[in-house]
Formats: sequence, C-alpha cells, structure tokens
Amino acid sequence: MCLAVPGKIVSIQGEELLRQARVDFGGVLKEVNLAYVPEAQVGEYVLVHVGMAISIVDEEEASKVFGYLKEMGELGELGELSPDGGTKQ
Amino acid sequence: MSEIKDFTLNCPLPISDYPTVTLAHGGGGKLMHQLIERMILPAFQSPLLEARHDGAVFNLGGARLAFTTDSYVVHPLFFPGGDIGSLAINGTVNDLSMCGARPMYLSCGLILEEGLPMETLWAVVQSLKQSAEIAGVQLVTGDTKVVDRGKGDGVFINTAGVGVIEHGLVIAPSAVRAGDVVLLSGDIGRHGIAIMAMREGLEFESKIESDCAPLNHAVLALIEAGVNVHCLRDLTRGGLGTTLIEIAEATGLQITIEETAIPVRDDVAGACEVLGFDPLYLANEGRMIAILPEAEAAKALDLLRRSPNTSGAVAIGRVTDGGGVVRLKSQIGTTRVLDMLSGEQLPRIC
Amino acid sequence: MKYSSEYRDAKAAQTLSQEIHRITTRPWTLMEICGGQTHAIVKFGLDELLPKQIELVHGPGCPVCVTPLELIDKAVQIAARPEVIFCSFGDMLRVPGSEVDLFGIKAKGGDVRILYTPLDCLKIAKENPTKQVVFFAVGFETTAPAHAMAVYQAKQQGIHNFSILVSHVLVPPAMEAILGSSANRVQGFLAAGHVCAIMGYEEYIPIAAKYKVPIVVTGFEPLDILQGIAMCVKQLEEGRYQVENQYTRAVPEGGNRAAQHYVKEVFQVVNRKWRGIGEIGHSGLGLRPEYSEFDAELRFEVSGYTAEESPLCISGLIMQGLKKPHECSAFGKQCTPEKPLGAPMVSNEGACAAYYRYRRAELASTGKV
Repeated sequence: MCLAVPGKIVSIQGEELLRQARVDFGGVLKEVNLAYVPEAQVGEYVLVHVGMAISIVDEEEASKVFGYLKEMGELGELGELSPDGGTKQ
Repeated sequence: MSEIKDFTLNCPLPISDYPTVTLAHGGGGKLMHQLIERMILPAFQSPLLEARHDGAVFNLGGARLAFTTDSYVVHPLFFPGGDIGSLAINGTVNDLSMCGARPMYLSCGLILEEGLPMETLWAVVQSLKQSAEIAGVQLVTGDTKVVDRGKGDGVFINTAGVGVIEHGLVIAPSAVRAGDVVLLSGDIGRHGIAIMAMREGLEFESKIESDCAPLNHAVLALIEAGVNVHCLRDLTRGGLGTTLIEIAEATGLQITIEETAIPVRDDVAGACEVLGFDPLYLANEGRMIAILPEAEAAKALDLLRRSPNTSGAVAIGRVTDGGGVVRLKSQIGTTRVLDMLSGEQLPRIC
Repeated sequence: MKYSSEYRDAKAAQTLSQEIHRITTRPWTLMEICGGQTHAIVKFGLDELLPKQIELVHGPGCPVCVTPLELIDKAVQIAARPEVIFCSFGDMLRVPGSEVDLFGIKAKGGDVRILYTPLDCLKIAKENPTKQVVFFAVGFETTAPAHAMAVYQAKQQGIHNFSILVSHVLVPPAMEAILGSSANRVQGFLAAGHVCAIMGYEEYIPIAAKYKVPIVVTGFEPLDILQGIAMCVKQLEEGRYQVENQYTRAVPEGGNRAAQHYVKEVFQVVNRKWRGIGEIGHSGLGLRPEYSEFDAELRFEVSGYTAEESPLCISGLIMQGLKKPHECSAFGKQCTPEKPLGAPMVSNEGACAAYYRYRRAELASTGKV
C-alpha cells in the first residue's frame, strides 16, 4: 500500500494547512503539502505520499541500517557505504 | 461473474471480452498485441505482415524496398524536446531504419479539428519540414481532412514512408543467434516522462526533454561500415522491456540484460519513483536496440557513439539458447523474468 | 536518489542475506503486510536471497485489492452520471466491477480522471461549479490524512460540489483477523512502514503480546525488507515476540500526531467489508456525521447497493496468506491483468499481479501453472 518517496524540500510558501513545498525527487520537482509536517524546513528530506509529506526523514536514524551491517563484521568491505546516495556498484 | 469463460478456448468475440475499445488497446502492451493477433493479422493474412516487423520488406522493380506507416496522436501537441510534427517524421523514419532501409519518401495525412488555430497548424507544418530536412527525407504526397470540433484532439497525423535497402543483410528477429550481444542506443524513458510531466493531474516540473530523434544516420553508419547487424528495433510504446520480450518470443531464445547497464537519467528515475513506474516500460521516440554478433559489438558501439543521436550507446545484455524469455539481472544481483504489461503504465499511488 | 539508492546495494543485500541464513535454524512463515513491500520483494527478487525455510506470505495491504466489489460498482454508477467528474488514483481504474471497470465508463464517455493527489479535487471543483467532483478515497492509514485534509479544506472553503466515496481500511483489525483464524500460519509480521509513519506502532504492542508474534515495522527498499526479515527471524529463533522498528528513519513511535488529529476530526471507525475476506468489525473509516455532506454514497444515493463476488476467485485466501497466487485454478487462465477476476490481479501491488508479471514464465517452465 502506500507508495511514499523521499524528496528534498527546495522551497516553501503558504502557511498552516496550505503550507506548500516544492520537493525535489532526483531532479524532478513536485508540489507537496506540508500541513502534517509543520516543522519541516528547506533542505530537509520528507517522505511524500499522494502529494502530502507524512514524515521528515531522520538523517541520523537513516544510517542505522548501515551500522547494523557493520555489526555483522563486514566493517572493511562496507567502509565505502554511506547513506548519502552516492553508493554505486 | 459466472459468465466469464476461458476465452482462449471458447469465446464469441475475436478479442478478449471488452465490448468496446479501451485506451489500453493502444498502449503497446498485451491488449494491443491481442488486438493485432486476433483481429488484424487473421483479417489481412500475408507473409509480409506475418514477419511482424516495423515495416514490410519486399522486392519491387528490381529494388529491395521497405514500406511502413504510423499514426500520431499526442497530447499535448508540443512538449519538451519535440512536438507531433517531429514525432510523425522521426517515427516513420525510424521504422524504416529498423528494416535496414535508407528512408527516402514520406506521405503525410493531416486530420485537423475544426477551430484549430492557424498559428498552431503552422508550427506543426514547420516542424514537419525541419524534421524531414534533418532526417534527409522528402514529403512527397499528402492529404488534409477536417473533423468537427470535439471529434479530434487538435491535430492527428499519419505518415507513411518508403525506403530503399542497399545491402543483402536480413535484419529481423529471425536473424538473431545465441551468442549475440544487445546494444542500447542511449538512456531510456525520457519521452514517456516528458509527456507525463504535462499530463493534467500528474504534472511536475522537470528539465526532461523527449528523446525524439531520427536514427537513420546511425543505422546507415553501421551498415555502411559492414557491421553484420542481426536485428534492430526502435523502442516506442511499451519501451525496452516490451521490445525485448517481443524479440525473445519471436526467436524462442533467451535474452538476459543487466539492470545496472541500462542508462536511466536521475530525474527520469526520480519521476518513476514518485509515480510508481518502471523505466523499462516507458515510451521512447529516439532509442533503439541493435542485436549483433559479439565479435562486432565493439566496432558497432564505437560507430554508434560517434553519431549524435546514439552517442550514449551501451551493451546491456546477451542472447542465449532457450526459454523465449527476457531475464533481468537486478541491481542487487538477483534475477527476474520480465513480463509484458497490459497497457500503459498507470500511476501507482497506493 | 538519496534515501533510495543506497538501500539497493548488492553487497549489503548479500551481507544481510548471509546473516538471515546464519540465524535461521527452523522453518518460519512471515507475512509482509503491505502490497508495496510485496512489490519490492518480487521486483528485486528478494526471496532468492532467503533460506528455503523462510516462507513469505503476502498480506492484505493493498487498498486496490481489498476494496469490495460493491464499492467498485458504486464508483462505476457514480462515474457514469453526466454531471460527475470522477477522480481516482491510477490503478483503481482497472479494478473490475460486476459489469464494467472505470476505464469502461471512460470509454463510454464518462469524465474519469487520474489524479496524483486528492487535494487537486478542490481546484477542479472550483473550476467546474456546475459539476460534481467525486474522489474515490481508497487506502489504509497512510492515505487517510490526505483525504481528511481534502474534506476538511472543502468544508473550510465552502466547496459544496465535492464529495468522496470512502473505502478506507485499517491494518490492525486485519492482522487480528488473520491471527485469530484457525487456519493461520503466520508466525511473524513485517508491519507496513508508511502506515506506521502516520499511526506509530503503539497499537501493535497488545497484538504482539496477545498472539505471541513478533512484529517488525519495516521499510520498502530491499535492504529495509531484508533487515526487517532478519530482525523478525531473530526474534522467532530467540522465542521473543516484541514490536521492533526497522524503519526508524521515517517512523517515530507515536507516528504523526498532526495527521492523526485531522483523520480523527473527519473520520470515525466503522465496520468495513474487505474484498475476498468479508466484513471485519471496526476495520475501516467512514466520514463523521458532521462531514456527511461530503459522503458520495449519500449524495448519489448508492449506499443501499450490494454485490456478490466471483466464487472462482480465492483472493481472500491469498490475502490471508493461506494460498499462493499460482495455487488458484483461475490464475493466468480466467484471471489475468487484462481481465482480472479479483482485485489482487489488478493492482501493480496486488499479490497475483506481481506473481503474474514477474513469476509466470518461471512457474510455467517448472510446470507449476
């Protein structure tokens, strides 16, 4: 259910329930309503579902899966992995 | 629901059981293939049609010719990277090119809706003219009809084209062999997303331009350099995935492609994430695959990369024995079989 | 894209796969609740990376799939009216009603539009004051806030030619229905991360305790799902049954309080029928009486209509995880994505459609269909 995609807030206008952001998804921009994430700021990543931001992506928590991987003793090999979107095979 | 029968065994209608034509019948997927197989092919039986190529190839008056036709309906008429005029020229030029022909002469039928601004029509005509010049073809015959307001979408265009085949190669799925390599002429999905970005209700801001372009110069460069091309296909509706499946089914061979080798621009990938699309099934208007012997792949890639509309050419996979299916090696190293979609992809929101 | 591509790393997926192999000593049956997770599992071939003892069953978490036949019929009846602009998410258009789907209504001249967001309805309603704009409000807890916002704003702005046809369902009652069934095989759950982004996961704690099942709130990327499976298997192997959160980057324990507030303002909990499963008590949302003027069922007087579902289709068993799609006698025969009998064949996320698209050729080559 519920395809929700993380994107970066580029700009914000309007207030309260009509607070709208332009959100960048890999280079395409979409209008997104921020009524449910009133604290969201430009530069932050939000998870967007059907045109509404439902959550602000927590940067610190986002790296935890990689911490979990490191715990498995793959420290050396996974050294180049980082949650910055730059990881490529 | 009890009246639903297994239509492959016993069905009163020649196609599935939609009593009316739906948009999916023109979407380049399974319903369109059904329509062609169950209604069109049986009605017009001919060995040339049976070849199921992008055009018919035949001998006439001592020359080997390719002949094709295509109709163009696009909304909006003008979109980033092209318009209905450039589509109408390049689409038919490319269909002829996929037969290995040198495109020569095109016809052009215009179906105009009452009330269309002359300015718009002029822009389309200018685009037809320029696109023909760029592709190096001549528009030599045509027709104009006007339909009542509300019965058309501004402009519909049909073009047909004739090209000459100046070599002895058979360029068709039947020539594909196990061991062949699959080359892709550039990044995929830009045309589909450029159009989608302008669709009411789904619109988004992007810098994505359609890949609409003629491929004849690149194809002729391969042929003139003596590359033993086995099969060419332009990737239009249905995209790379559908095209590869058609070839695998036609040849009974297996095609394995590497997801990581297929170029998709970041913004196209981003739009796909948001809408829940798979770029493999997005429409393109200036992309093709070339299937040829592995020994010639490096030379072919080099030639393609020197031609402006195929400068992003890459090898994406290979043909092996057996299966009649397309396998995709995913970016996480697993494998899945690609299947044809039913019609156009629908935005996947939930 | 940041927060997507790095969670699709092949080497990291292998590491997680090895970890799951290492900790698995017995057969376990897990259910991923959400159709989006099913889609990712099939698209990325994640079950190839799992030990044979781990069986994944696909849960009922696809709103397109669980919307009952009679609601599709109601949508079709409303969309066929000449004064109506009927708006919907894309994949609802192909869900078959008793006679016809919404695409069929469009083919007959109905004004049926695909929208990305229900909020656009307000603009369409303002631009078309002589028309009735209706949105097909399907979805789980994730989507309810968007529908709540559309209705709330319509009321605030005095937009009277807008209404929604509500088919909202809730995850926890469905989980309880599955766990309470005598045929239940599910031993652990991957809970739907995006539902939890809204609702948090406090309400799963009593379910985990009552039925002694581990529940892991899980994301949607390959690494998320593999890690969710690893966490769930670890609990099973250790005999624990707790609620854990794999998807911490998007899911705070309490969820999104602002969204919850507006959902509560506009909607109330009601009984809902689930396609293939039947009625489940307190398993859905309906508009509160204060917002009943926005209820399309009342406005177009279709609330009394009922319809029976195809006896051939075993979507209920599939959505409860009791059968796999290819075990259905109609799979790939009477029922295909072109002419689906049941909703799981319709949506891209539907378990049957996902099987049909990615697995049919494989199953055929091994003689399974």
